[in-house]
Amino acid sequence: MSDDPLVIAGRTFSSRLFLGTGKFPSAQSLRDTIGSCGTGMVTVALRRVDPTADEDILDALPPGVLLLTNTSGAVDADEAVRLARLARAADLPDWIKLEVTPDPRYLLPDPVETLKAAEVLCAEGFTVLPYVNADPVLCKRLEEVGCATVMPLGSWIGSNQGLRTRAALEIIVEQSLVPVVVDAGIGAPSQAAEALELGADAVLVNTAIGTAGDPPAMGAAFRLAVEAGRRAFVAGLPATRTGAEASSPLTGFLS
Amino acid sequence: MTFLGTPPGSAVPVALERRPGGVPEGTAAADLLATDLAGLRARTATATAVDVDRALRAARPTLEDFAILLSPPAGQRLEELARRASEITLRRFGRTIHLFAPLYLSNECVSECTYCGFSAGNEIARRTLSPREVTAEARALTVQGFRHLLLVAGEHARIVSKDYLVDCVRALAPEVPSLSVEVQVWDTETYRRLVEAGADGLVVYQETYDRDLYSGVHTRGKKRNYDWRLAGPDRGAEAGMRRLGVGALLGLHPDWRTEALAVAAHARALVRRWWRCEVSVSLPRLRPAAGDVTPAHPVDDRSFVQLLCALRLLLPDLGLVLSTREAPALRDALLGLGVTHMSAGSSTEPGGYAAPDGAEPQFEVADTRAAVDVAAVVRSAGFDPVWKDWQRAR
Repeated sequence: MSDDPLVIAGRTFSSRLFLGTGKFPSAQSLRDTIGSCGTGMVTVALRRVDPTADEDILDALPPGVLLLTNTSGAVDADEAVRLARLARAADLPDWIKLEVTPDPRYLLPDPVETLKAAEVLCAEGFTVLPYVNADPVLCKRLEEVGCATVMPLGSWIGSNQGLRTRAALEIIVEQSLVPVVVDAGIGAPSQAAEALELGADAVLVNTAIGTAGDPPAMGAAFRLAVEAGRRAFVAGLPATRTGAEASSPLTGFLS
Repeated sequence: MTFLGTPPGSAVPVALERRPGGVPEGTAAADLLATDLAGLRARTATATAVDVDRALRAARPTLEDFAILLSPPAGQRLEELARRASEITLRRFGRTIHLFAPLYLSNECVSECTYCGFSAGNEIARRTLSPREVTAEARALTVQGFRHLLLVAGEHARIVSKDYLVDCVRALAPEVPSLSVEVQVWDTETYRRLVEAGADGLVVYQETYDRDLYSGVHTRGKKRNYDWRLAGPDRGAEAGMRRLGVGALLGLHPDWRTEALAVAAHARALVRRWWRCEVSVSLPRLRPAAGDVTPAHPVDDRSFVQLLCALRLLLPDLGLVLSTREAPALRDALLGLGVTHMSAGSSTEPGGYAAPDGAEPQFEVADTRAAVDVAAVVRSAGFDPVWKDWQRAR
């Protein structure tokens, strides 16, 4: 897909698949999956990063793959902003996946605190990719304060339920001036393809790959699905119809 | 949290401080006490195979479903129960196991508890670590890889005082990303000081939820106040603790199912009431300790597994903690069955990591393997041992 690159904040990505890292069985499995799925950006929770450890999760990242630090664990804007600043102080890239999820069960994002944090972080020069509910107005507000993408959820994190928010995602894709990355709930390659087919610019996947029987093989499957979905979108999917199209138009006599 | 009122002459809301006797309204403790546990226990007794079928398939299991899943007919479907528990755990937590270690600050104790090696009446060598010694202990653990420590102490308000605990937490916070405390229950203000010093987790085992039995095993000391202890996690949450751990000591109560229902109802109440907190449950099975305690009502492995799996179905996001009280073979077998957190390489004597000098342990550990060996077993079972999973942002 090198002729159809994705550009976020001036950086070009040849793959439209981004990878979460929290649920893999080992660093080696993560490393192999990054290779097999072809991703150019992975997200890691700052809470998991430990430069003092013998084996840190960041060691699994090959050169050339961009680290997108996320603020997992933050329950409000202040905490998210502090985590982002800690990442910057630790010399990690300025790219931040903004997660403000006060509810540790469904991990649903707090729209009010997310917007507040996004304003602060964008003003401080971070490249901000916010995780949000599939709320078209919120996505426009985040775009206005300078976010590099919006990352609406397809369904709850880790639920593997696919695009339960499809109708809202369609509006977000229609309205957005920044890339739209569908971020959560994608449980199968077919669902990733569906997101790309409806016009999302990319998807971010973790659970479906990290908890698969063979994560690297599943990563490869997602790579193919994302490519297929994108190509279908670019090629122009024909509209679906409820019935056969009449070969003899009823209004043919008018011509 | 809405406060219930301010007493005359005080500017401090005290709804959660009411004591002794009774628990404040608006707490998980009150929610638990309002739960019809006897009715649920009766439901366990009458559960049929058809009930079990339905409970196993419930999309959002209720406490009644949980009661059914504890039943003997559900015990006959243990393999199915385990499969469901395994699937849910995998989806929610991935192939990860969080490792932590207890750090015993002191075995001084003024309470007499029939099951505990630190009990005031026991003739044992007593020791309390200085903050400097605590730091040395922590370093002995961080060198092994640990980044989450559980600070444990007996109940002695003068020797293991509020100020002492705050000093210990403050000394460790720069070096240890996640600190939980398992000490005597305190008031909200003390918990707030601990949070400000850098603690993020609070563990309060009720030991037994049976009020009469509770009185019977806690024969002397402040711990005798059942209600004050029960509302401890509420006070911790109010003070800003992010992780709440509760549990019961299996082997005290003659009927493990009754105890399990109370633990589950308490955990569920905490999840609902304190929706920003991560809640975990630990169900240590009684082990021999100083004072010659032999468990009165040992819980067998099969029942234990049934209980853990049923908890997983009831609360998919619940942390389930397994300590080194359990034997290596069982701990290894439970990987992937719902357990999310394990202690490893534990010493239960103060100073036991950096400078062991024979201070009496609280209980004998069954899994004596070093942390590095437990981590290797976790890896070989296809799970990633997670040492660090917290970053202070306050």
